Order: sequence, then structure tokens, then C-alpha cells
Amino acid sequence: MALKIVKGSIDRMFDKNLQDLVRGIRNHKEDEAKYISTCIDEIKQELKQDNIAVKANAVCKLTYLQMLGYDVSWAAFNIVEVMSSSKFTYKRIGYLAASQCFHENTDVIMLTTNQIRKDLSSPNQYDTGVALTGLSCFVTPDLARDLANDIMTLMSHTKPYIRKKAVLIMYKVFLKYPESLRPAFPRLKEKLEDPDPGVQSAAVNVICELARRNPKNYLSLAPLFFKLMTSSTNNWVLIKIIKLFGALTPLEPRLGKKLIEPLTNLIHSTSAMSLLYECVNTVIAGQYSCSVGSVCLRISVVKYLGLLAMSKILKTHPKSVQSHKDLILQCLDDKDESIRLRALDLLYGMVSKKNLMEIVKKLMIHVDKAEGTTYRDELLTKIIDICSQSNYQYITNFEWYISILVELTRLEGTRHGHLIASQMLDVAIRVKAIRAFAVAQMATLLDNAHLLTGNMQRNGICEVLYAAAWICGEFSEHLENPVQTLEAMLRPKVATLPGHIQAVYVQNAAKLFATILKNQEGNTDSTAAQETSQLMIDRLPLFVQSANLEVQERASCILQLVKYIQKLQQKDVEVAEEVSALFAGELNPVAPKAQKKVPVPEGLDLDAWINEPPSESESEDEQPKAIFTKEEPKHSRPRHTEVDEKELARRREARKQEQANNPFYIKASPSSQKVYQETPGVEHIPVVQIDLSVPLKVPGLPMSDQYVKLEEERRQKERAEKKKKEKKKRKEKRSGRGKKHDSGPESEEDITPAHVVDIVTEEMPENALPSDDDDKDPNDPHKVCDIQGNLQDGSQVVVSVIFENKSDSFLKSMEFNVLDSLNSKLQRPEGSGPHDGLTVPFQLPPGVSNEARFVFTVQSIVMPQKLKGTLTFIVKDSSTHEKLDFKLHFTCTSYLITTPCYSDAFAKLLESGDLKSSSVRLEGVNMPFHHLLARICFHHHFSVVERIDSCASMYSRSIQGHHVCLLVKTSGQTVSIDAKCDEPTLLGNVLDEIKQTFSQC
Amino acid sequence: MTMRFMLLFSRQGKLRLQKWFTSMSDREKKKIIRDMTTMVLARQPRSCNFMQWKDLKIVYKRYASLYFCLGVESQENELLALEIIHRYVELLDKYFGNVCELDIIFNFEKAYFILDEFLMGGEVQETSKQIVNRSIEASDMLQEVRFTDMHAHTHKCT
Repeated sequence: MALKIVKGSIDRMFDKNLQDLVRGIRNHKEDEAKYISTCIDEIKQELKQDNIAVKANAVCKLTYLQMLGYDVSWAAFNIVEVMSSSKFTYKRIGYLAASQCFHENTDVIMLTTNQIRKDLSSPNQYDTGVALTGLSCFVTPDLARDLANDIMTLMSHTKPYIRKKAVLIMYKVFLKYPESLRPAFPRLKEKLEDPDPGVQSAAVNVICELARRNPKNYLSLAPLFFKLMTSSTNNWVLIKIIKLFGALTPLEPRLGKKLIEPLTNLIHSTSAMSLLYECVNTVIAGQYSCSVGSVCLRISVVKYLGLLAMSKILKTHPKSVQSHKDLILQCLDDKDESIRLRALDLLYGMVSKKNLMEIVKKLMIHVDKAEGTTYRDELLTKIIDICSQSNYQYITNFEWYISILVELTRLEGTRHGHLIASQMLDVAIRVKAIRAFAVAQMATLLDNAHLLTGNMQRNGICEVLYAAAWICGEFSEHLENPVQTLEAMLRPKVATLPGHIQAVYVQNAAKLFATILKNQEGNTDSTAAQETSQLMIDRLPLFVQSANLEVQERASCILQLVKYIQKLQQKDVEVAEEVSALFAGELNPVAPKAQKKVPVPEGLDLDAWINEPPSESESEDEQPKAIFTKEEPKHSRPRHTEVDEKELARRREARKQEQANNPFYIKASPSSQKVYQETPGVEHIPVVQIDLSVPLKVPGLPMSDQYVKLEEERRQKERAEKKKKEKKKRKEKRSGRGKKHDSGPESEEDITPAHVVDIVTEEMPENALPSDDDDKDPNDPHKVCDIQGNLQDGSQVVVSVIFENKSDSFLKSMEFNVLDSLNSKLQRPEGSGPHDGLTVPFQLPPGVSNEARFVFTVQSIVMPQKLKGTLTFIVKDSSTHEKLDFKLHFTCTSYLITTPCYSDAFAKLLESGDLKSSSVRLEGVNMPFHHLLARICFHHHFSVVERIDSCASMYSRSIQGHHVCLLVKTSGQTVSIDAKCDEPTLLGNVLDEIKQTFSQC
Repeated sequence: MTMRFMLLFSRQGKLRLQKWFTSMSDREKKKIIRDMTTMVLARQPRSCNFMQWKDLKIVYKRYASLYFCLGVESQENELLALEIIHRYVELLDKYFGNVCELDIIFNFEKAYFILDEFLMGGEVQETSKQIVNRSIEASDMLQEVRFTDMHAHTHKCT
């Protein structure tokens, strides 16, 4: 073989060639650096010799040393010398060294221009070849500029070997010297049809890369590429072309249709996985309606890529991915962490009400098995993410979720204690039906706190105790055995917990204490109550000594309080009522954006100075004094030192009133509590199940798995019931067409949640919009403003009405009444007649305004409505009954809820063909487009889906689920709105309202 | 196929070959080499061959004691990259005849010459194995001819 002969001759020639160097390095493993430094000295000597062969050998050794990480930049000039040797052997080594060692800032590159040009035009194709190869590694903008013409000529060389290399290096030249692209492009295009397949594939490579950077300019080449794609059998080239089409189709949608056929053919015929993968990726990216499902199964042979592709499909075809759930779950067992993480990401997207429990159960098993903490933490966050996504949308059984959370607290050394804690708090606060259960669980957790905190390294998890203490305290009325929990919260061990948790413990111990007192005072025996007080007095001093200020302050405060209570108890005074009044009232969640939504009252300029801006001449120390003396006495509230029963009751009543009228206070929904009792299977849940044999398990907690079974039973029961009903119906109807009802897979809608949960969220005060003035007598002193409807569910609308007293007299005994129409009815309390008025729960001093809310039941929302109503009231001084007529205007807009919509979902909606269209033109609208959009969004509750220049698509949904889509275009002062909606009447009315909005401006 | 670099390293993390398709400073190169060796060597056996590193896809494959690691741009086809690695191994195998790590260590310049005939400027230059082999052989013969020329010449001198 040629190689051996070459090797042999070199061996004989030099003292130390590359092989010797390599061998030497391998023999000097202990003092490699020293050996190499002597070698480098030798090389330096060799480089000084005139013999080019010796120099080339030296440079070759240097290239090797460079790879080992030694700096050889000092030899750059010698490399150039070897490059310019006329002998191919040395030239080859020289160019290799240059391509390894040179980079853009190597200054000797300037010296190479002429040498390279000479080599490019060498009669020997291999000389030209090494020059081109070397150049591809170290081409600089200067070289590119100087050599562009030479390389362009080479593209038409007679030898395909040179043409191929020249075409490829042209791409590098374009990058460094973009001006060369225009003159070279026609020739490059020619090369697409070169007779040599290698040259052709090189041209495809280069054009594909160019097109990826700027697809627009290469659309004209599409037919040519299409021809190549259908004729070529070279998979390497096909992949490139398919990738190119992937970049082109977004610009030319018609291409997509043309591509479907050849792509599908390739997908079904090719055996090359890489080509298949490329096809599938392009199909996914282009969202062609193509049978993707079958393909991803084949792809999934290559797990990682399959998962990657599936996550892309998931966005467009969620159904086809969901059927591969088992496969994805299997991937969780994979040894490779990156595959597991990909699978987790996928699972997040594919849970539904139906499979959530099953998936989470699987994940919990993995949590137990997982070794690395990072991966386990990742699992934990994913479980919580999956469950809590879109506002707990997929959770049908919150008891199950709570027990999952409790199970998660057993994880050793997790960092995510706070995450679990915040979930516990969130669920317990927002899902009212679950509180009793949550409290029981939390009490057990508190009782077993020593298990969680036993190891100081695991203190990340003690965050959950924060949540547990708070939940037990706040909802202590649900506790089975409050005294025991109080005991648990006041254990000396608690003092080892972090300060902020202790603080919560102390505060909630006080809440618990209040509840216990209340329970115990009903009994005749007063010693129990006194014992509890004594317990508090005994244990609290521990916290009073705490180094944490917060703990200390709360503890000493509460300690004094308890001591006072004890004194009263000894005098047989009933104190429970008053103590529990300390914590009366419910804490409720407020949407994080609520504050932002509160409209700034008219006439209030937040940026204006409240008092005169301090002038600089004034001396500064006088300023504060002036403020204090001017302060009105009413600002300092008189403190009631003695609180008697009546006063407390009155205050409580007042607070209830205030809460009822406070628009930012989210009221309890009456429906939630009672449903809980109806839940089948709750009695079966063993709440206390002590299992002391397994030390690390928190005993007494129901396993989440049980819920999976229970849930299954419940669903079956439901299904059975449904079937029964259907059968009955069929009997009544006696029609033979009912068959399709009784079988078929359980659909998403069939699953009703076990708890009708009151997930309080995003309930925000709507912005007040004054209604048309003509509805009211403008001279009337008592102005009534109505406020837009606020969704409850499909048929209920809450109307907030602001009452403003513009007169000089005090108004009381206000009654609000509306004449019901067939369609809309005011909801009145049970037992009252259909024409009775509702008492407005407040009185109005002169100049004051307040807001009350009324619930209306609305059947059809497609038409705007006007309801007539009257407000009767008594003017305090004259004690006369007076009456004020008003009209409530229910616009169709007020039934719309701002709902965000993604552009792909939007497109699907439009394609579905269920929607009726209508359009409207607005003339003479003189405002910037974004103002126009903002106006539609604000006044008509739309959200912008997509905006391109002077055209935008918008979306909104009615409370009964009608989709309303708008396409707004503007040209000059004319605005045209094309709209689609599944309810034409509603659409017509909404459009009329939009038109009216713009006619007013 | 826009490739950024190709690295060959042993199980001990010793670099055996490095090819950079874009010009880069030595510092950048060293950082990438360090990152790649630690990342790839930390992988468990039977893990998947693809990784994400910064904005690049890293595709690697182990052949006996040697890891072949290719850095490609993120829009590239991972399976094709794997194919490229394999094709290179096939080419080496054909040239050296049952290639092993030592072949590449002692004839590292040959390994580069083969790579240069197969890939160029980060793109696949020649997809046909035969053509690559033929051109390598032809350049070797060229070297051979010149070399014996020179050899004769030196003999004359002595």
C-alpha cells in the first residue's frame, strides 16, 4: 500500500519524525510537558534549516502539538513557507497546518494571497484542491475579496473535483464578502444541473444555506428544486432540498399543497431514518394535513428525536400524540436523563381530565425510584405544573391532589418545599369544598412534623409546615381535634424551625386557641377552657425568647392576651366570642392584577402633588412640623379600649356589609359546600390509618392511589347512571335511533368533577362604564350609573350598580327593583315574590357613592336588552318616600369575555366552517390603528390574535361560548371589519355596537 | 449541513483530531474542547446521541475507545449528522484497513486529509465513498511520486 511506502521512507529520512514524536510523548507520560518543551526546541532548530523537507516535518509535528493544546502561533511564518513549497507533499502539510492554526486575526494571512492564487491556477488539480480546502478554513474578508474572481472561474473548471470544491467554498466567500454573490449566482445556479452528482449536491448545499438565510430571493428556484426532489435518489441531497422547501413554504403556501404528495411518498417508502425524520419535521412545521400519527410511531424508534417531533406535533394535533401516551410513559424509564426530561415536557402538554391521575401516579412511582436529586426535583415541579396548569383545569378530585402534595413532602432533600407549600395554600384557599379534608391532612402533617424536620439537611421541606400551620389555623373550624393540633404546634421542637415558620406557628396557634375556646365554652365544665389557656401560657414563653423579632413580637403579644383571657376566665366571664372576633372574617384570594384594574376615580391625578411641592428656599426641618399641625383630628382614629359584645356584633355586621359591597371582595359561592357531601365514596377514605412499621411515611395519610380507584368507580357509576337515563329517554321516545348514545369512548365532557369546585380566580372589578345619559333624568339629583355585566356562568350576569347621592340629604331604605322580561330576570332571594324589590344594603350620606351588585338570569344573549326599573328610597330629614326610574342597558358586548386565542387555534376556528360571517364598514375614523384596536379591545372585550401592518384579527367569546372573530382592516379613514360568529344575530348586534362606539368619536 | 466543528477524543478525554469549519480563536476552541469532552464523557452508556449545547446541536457517537463528536447548527438534522460521523468512520476504516485509535494517532495528518476530501467548509463535499477514496489515493500517489523523486535526489546528494 502507498501509505506504508511513504511511512517507511519518512522513517529513514529524519531524526525524529511525527511518529517518533507521538511515541515519545506516549513514553513520557510522567514528564510530558518537559519532553514536549525539548521537542519544541528541536523543532525550532529544524525550522531554521534551509531544507524544506526538514521544515515540513517540523511543521507537521507542530500541527500535532497544536492539537494537544500548545501554542504554535509563533511558527505562522514557517507554515506559510511550507505552504509555498512547490512539492505537493509539503504543500499539503503546510495547508493542513494553516487550516488548523490560522484564524482571522493571524496577520501572516495577508502574505498568502498571491501564493494561494498561484496554487488555485496550478495545472495539478490536487494542488488546487488543497489550496481550496485550506482556504475554506481560514478565509478572511480580504482573501475573499481578492480571490472571489479566481474561485468563480474555478466553478467552471473541467475537473468535477475542482468544481465541487469551488462551489462549496463560494459559500464561505459569500459570507465574508457579500458583494460577490450577485455576479457569482448565475453560475452557481447552473451548477444545480451539473452532470456530476457531486457538484450538483455541492450546489444544492450552498443554495440551501443561502436560502435559509433569506428565503424570499430563492422562491424562483422552487420549480428547479422540485424537479430535483422528484428525480434525485441521493438521500443527502434530498434532505437538503426538503429542508429548503421547509424554509420556502411559509412564503408561498401553494408550494405546501404541491409538496404533500412527494413528501408522503418519501415518508412511506424511505428506509433512511434521517430522511424520514426530515420529512416529518417539514410536515410538522408546514402543518400540512397529512397522516402524521402513523409516522411518529415509526420515528419513535429513535426516542429522543421522536419525542422532539411529538412535542411539535402536540401543538397542532394533540389527539394523535395522546394515543402514544404509553410509549411516552415508557420513555420515563429510560436511562438517559435527557430523554426522560423530554418525555416529561410532552406529558405536560398531553394531560386531560381523563388521564391526569394515571399519569401522575406513574410520575409518583418515578419520584420514588429516582436517584439524582436534580431529576427528582424536576419530577416534583413537573407534577405540580401538570396538576396546576390552567388553573387546575384537569383536576377532578382535589382530595387526591392534596394527598399527592402530602406524599411529595416525604421526598428527601428536595429544594421545592416552598412550591408544595404554596400549592397547598392555594388549593385550600381557593377550593372551599376541600378545606375540611385539607385541614385534616395538615393537622396530621403538623403532628408528624418531626419526621419532616428530623434531618437538618432536609429543611427545604419544612416550608410545607408553614402552609400546614396556616391552613390549620385559618380553617380551624374544620379541625377534628383542635387541642391536639394546638399541642403539636407548641412543641419545643418547633423552636428549631426557621423564623418565618415559627411566626406563622405562633399566630395560628392563637387562631386555634380562639376556636378551641369557642368550642369549649358551650360546655358546662369550664376547666377544659382554662387548661387550654394554661397550655398557651406554659408554651408561649419559648417563643418570646426567640431571636427572631417577628416571632418574639407575635408571641409576647399573644402571651399577654392569653394571660388577660385567663384572668377573665377565672372570673367566669365568657370570652370566646370576643377572642374569636379577633380572627373573624375570611381571608380571600385576590387576583394579582386586581389592583391594576381598579379604575382611577375621575378627577384624581395620581401624579399631582398632594400638598405644595417643597420650595428649595424653605428650610427643611420646618416642613414636617407644618404638616403635623395641619393634620385634621379626624385622621387619627379614636381607639376603643373597651369592646363590648354589642359593639363587636355591630362591627361584624358592618364588616359583612362592607364585604358585601366591596367589589374587590370575592364572595363565597353558596353552591360549593353542599356539593361536597354528595360526593360518592368520601366516607370510604380512611383518614387515620396508622402505619408505624414504615418510619419514613407520614402515617395516617391516605394514599393518592386510592383516589385513582375511587375516581374510576365514580366515573363508572356516573356512566351507568347516564346510561339509565338514556334508556329511559329512549323508551319514552320509542325511537330506534338512540344506538349511538350507549357506547363509544368516554369523552372529555362526560367527566364531571367530583367536587364542584369554586376556583376563585381573576375575578376582577370591571371598569365602570357610564350608561347612556338619555336613560336618566339629568336634572335628577340621584344619579344612577350602571356597570357592565360580569360573568358568573352561562346564564348569570352580575350587574354592579353605582349609586351616587348628589343631593344634600341623607338617603336610606333604598330598594332596587326591575321589571323582569321574559328573557332576563333579576334574581331575588328565595321566598320573595317576582315583583319584590331588593334592599340596597347601605345608606347614602350626601355626596357619597357606593356600589351594589345584583344578579340577573339571562336566557338568550344574542340581543341587547333594556330593563326598566325603579329605585325607591327615603329621604331622612323629610321622611318621604321617593322614586327614581332608570333603565338598565344590557349590550351584547357586555356578554363578551375577553378571551385570549392563539393564532393557530384561531385559524382552525375559521376553517371549521361553522361560523356565519358578516361585515361592517366604518367611515371617517381618524385615529391610529393601534388606538382603534385598543378601543375595540377595551369597549368590546376583544383580544388581538395577530396583527400585521394595518390588518388585525381579534377574538372574543360570549358567556355562552359563542366564538366571535373579527378581521379589522384599515385604509385611510375607512375601516372594514369582517366578522364571523356561530350566532349571526349576536354578531350583528355586536357589530352595531362597535359601529356606535366609533360614531361617537 | 452546516457543521461548526468535529472532534475526536479518547475515553480519557485526550483529543485525537479537531476540525474547525469556521475560523475561531484558540481560546474559543479550547473552551469548546473542554466542554465537549466533559459533557460527552459524562454520558451514560446507551444514552441518546444528541445534546443541546448553547445554540448548537451536539451529535456524538462512540466507536471502540474513540468518541466522534460533531457540532452542528440547531436547524440541522441530527440523524444526518450521525450519518456523517458514520460515513467518516467508514472512510477511515477503508483507508487504514480496520482502523483503530493508534492509526489515527500516528497518522493524524492522513485522518485530516480524508476528512478534507469528505467535508469542506462545514458542508458535505462528496457523498460517494468511492470518489472520496479515489481522490485520497490519487493525492497519496502524487505524494508518493514526488517523495521517491526527492528520495532519489537526496541519495544523489549524499
